[in-house]
Amino acid sequence: MSEKHIDQETGTETTGHEWDGIRELDNPLPRWWLWIFYACIAWSVVYWVLMPAWPAPPGMQGFTEGVIGNSERVNVAEDMNALQSSRSDHFAQLQAAGSYDAIEADPALFRFALAAGQSNFANFCATCHGAGAQGFTGYPNLNDDVWLWGGSFDDIRTTLQYGIRSDHAETRYSQMPAFGADGLLSREEIRNVRDYVLSLSGGTGFDAAALNAGAEIFASQCVSCHGDQGQGDRTQGAPNLTDAIWLYGGSPEQVENTIWRGPFGVMPAWEGRLNDPTITALATYVYSLGGGEAETAPEGAAGE
Amino acid sequence: MSTARHNLISAPGVPTHDVEAVNDAKRRELYKKREPIYPKLVHGKFRFAKWMFMALALGAYYFIPFLRWDRGLSAPDQAVLVDFEGRRFYFFFIEIWPQEIYYISGLLIMAALLLFLVSALFGRVWCGYACPQTVWTDLFIAIERLFEGDRNKRIKLDRAKWSFNKAWRKIGKHSVWLVIAAATGGAWILYFHDAFDTLSHFFTGGSPISAYLFFGILTFTTYMLAGTMREQVCIYMCPWPRIQAAMTDRDALNVAYRVDRGEPRGAHKKGESWDARGDCIDCKACVVACPMGIDIREGSQLECIQCALCIDACDDIMKKVDRPTGLISYDTDINIDRRREGLKPIYRFLRPRVLVYAISLAIAGSIMVFGLTTRASLDVNATRDRNPNFVQLSDGSVRNGYTLKIINRTHEDREYTIRIDGPEGLEWRILGQEETRGLIVDVPAERTQDFRIFLTVPREAITVTNQSVLFTVSPEGSEETRTAETVFLSGGSQ
Repeated sequence: MSEKHIDQETGTETTGHEWDGIRELDNPLPRWWLWIFYACIAWSVVYWVLMPAWPAPPGMQGFTEGVIGNSERVNVAEDMNALQSSRSDHFAQLQAAGSYDAIEADPALFRFALAAGQSNFANFCATCHGAGAQGFTGYPNLNDDVWLWGGSFDDIRTTLQYGIRSDHAETRYSQMPAFGADGLLSREEIRNVRDYVLSLSGGTGFDAAALNAGAEIFASQCVSCHGDQGQGDRTQGAPNLTDAIWLYGGSPEQVENTIWRGPFGVMPAWEGRLNDPTITALATYVYSLGGGEAETAPEGAAGE
Repeated sequence: MSTARHNLISAPGVPTHDVEAVNDAKRRELYKKREPIYPKLVHGKFRFAKWMFMALALGAYYFIPFLRWDRGLSAPDQAVLVDFEGRRFYFFFIEIWPQEIYYISGLLIMAALLLFLVSALFGRVWCGYACPQTVWTDLFIAIERLFEGDRNKRIKLDRAKWSFNKAWRKIGKHSVWLVIAAATGGAWILYFHDAFDTLSHFFTGGSPISAYLFFGILTFTTYMLAGTMREQVCIYMCPWPRIQAAMTDRDALNVAYRVDRGEPRGAHKKGESWDARGDCIDCKACVVACPMGIDIREGSQLECIQCALCIDACDDIMKKVDRPTGLISYDTDINIDRRREGLKPIYRFLRPRVLVYAISLAIAGSIMVFGLTTRASLDVNATRDRNPNFVQLSDGSVRNGYTLKIINRTHEDREYTIRIDGPEGLEWRILGQEETRGLIVDVPAERTQDFRIFLTVPREAITVTNQSVLFTVSPEGSEETRTAETVFLSGGSQ
């Protein structure tokens, strides 16, 4: 600054710059502001010493560590551990409880199981089953009362543990033939079976001859799994064809397509990926969505 | 220059104070360093009123946490308690839950309206008498006077070189300030947890960290604001002086210098006539008494907190020179002008703004009282599941899930009966509830309990996609009922 520019009006020094005849007054900073600014500078020096701050040679971990040794990574790990251990009692209780009734009998444990179940559901299950467990075409709705492999607490837990058509040795497994794709039935035959199947759940307006032909094919091809009345078989995960729920859609086109291609829905096994109490919590949550069944249905009793 | 002034006498027995108001608007510059103010002790009715009010305010502040109020076993018995842990606010018979935060808003609205009303009538009496900043500053100045003497001694002491005498007075003053500040912070935390329990744990380090934190903050701010910052808080930090300009008008009472009586001012010699001159002898007693460092004779100013100490100072002088008191007094702008024109003063307290404030205050107060007296001990809220909206069951029936929230505000565990009115053939189930108990549920004292309720409607009863559902909840042995209305959704008739 070679010379001082003084504003005539106020007697204050200006910054010396000029924009279209406008000059900026170089008013002093408020003292309180200035002191806070200096205090911040002083504090930053203290901070550099105390906390990780500067890049440093690789020998020093790549950064200055700070004398109080604070590390956010360690803090997070500690927080996570503290959280886990604060939950460990409940998880241990869940592990010990085993049955839904035992969990439900303890309101605190029940609440915990539902909360843990809901949170894990959102993480691992909602991708296929939906955030509200409402399912999608091909992915079962877990709110309703239809359970292909059983809706008791133990059944649900087993399904979670081993999966369906998964790579686990204990997995629940069955396979419906791809009647059309593999050339087992002709398009005409499949349409007849389709009409017959739709008539099982109250569908009307089908051609009588087609229904008879469909019934014959059903008797020879389908009853082994779906039962002679189409009532399904939970031991094989074969759905009841007489109810109002259609996993792969209930329109004629969808049913025809299902018979043609033979669906092969897969659910992964969670054993090994989630620990036992977490699977129990998930089972509790799914069971409590509204469709949970009181007891394990006796084998073969599905067709009543 | 100063030696000459020292000998100035305003009137027999009344020396002139060699002083200029440090916060005089005409002299003050934007970037000036703060000049210390040494308010001189005055005696009089306003000073007495202020001492009394200070005793009352401080007494209430320190005593209220120890007041007890019986609320039964399940609730704390402290009369005034902000219980963050239990999420409750207790104020004698009033008990506010987080869901009822609007009562706090109501209290704040009433406080604001009361402030407006009082400002419209009497000017800044809040600033002058009741504001914590004023009360604590007044107290701190009294402590300062105790150690360092009155105005002149304090000025002399500050100018003097460091000595043992100066040191012990300064150290003593700051120590007592710190003790008071600590007591202020200490009392503050008593409002947030049982006072006796806090006292018994605080000194052994057994209180939560937040207690020590707020104790520290309040101690620091009290010491800083009342001890060292004082009038700067009112002038630079507080928004109220700016707002109050809109709240008062020319009919509001303000501390004012009666120009009509005082001017022309000047020293008065013994035996001189009072004719053709004002009563103001320019002794500046009002200036040295002012804790804000202004000259009230300049008219009403933003800096004036209207503490009325200049009234006492001036009245004292007027008595000495045998003139009527009230040269500085509570007055209205309109009357100052009227007197100047030789008209009689008029006082209009019933003005439109006063009525608007008073009526608004009455309405807000009535709503609060109505709300608090009819406040239900029970509240019910039903939320329908949105994801999925409804569940189709295998037999064609449709199920909806609801979360029914029952709030039991009483201090005892209660049983509630739920009645459900909805579509025909409706079936219900409460998750986690034994079927034998039916629709009777338990809610512990002072708790909000959620119940998962599933309603299933058979296929035949589903006529439209949206049917109304009404939950009616009533406590056992009481006729009180609360209802929650919601809907039953389905895909429509099939």
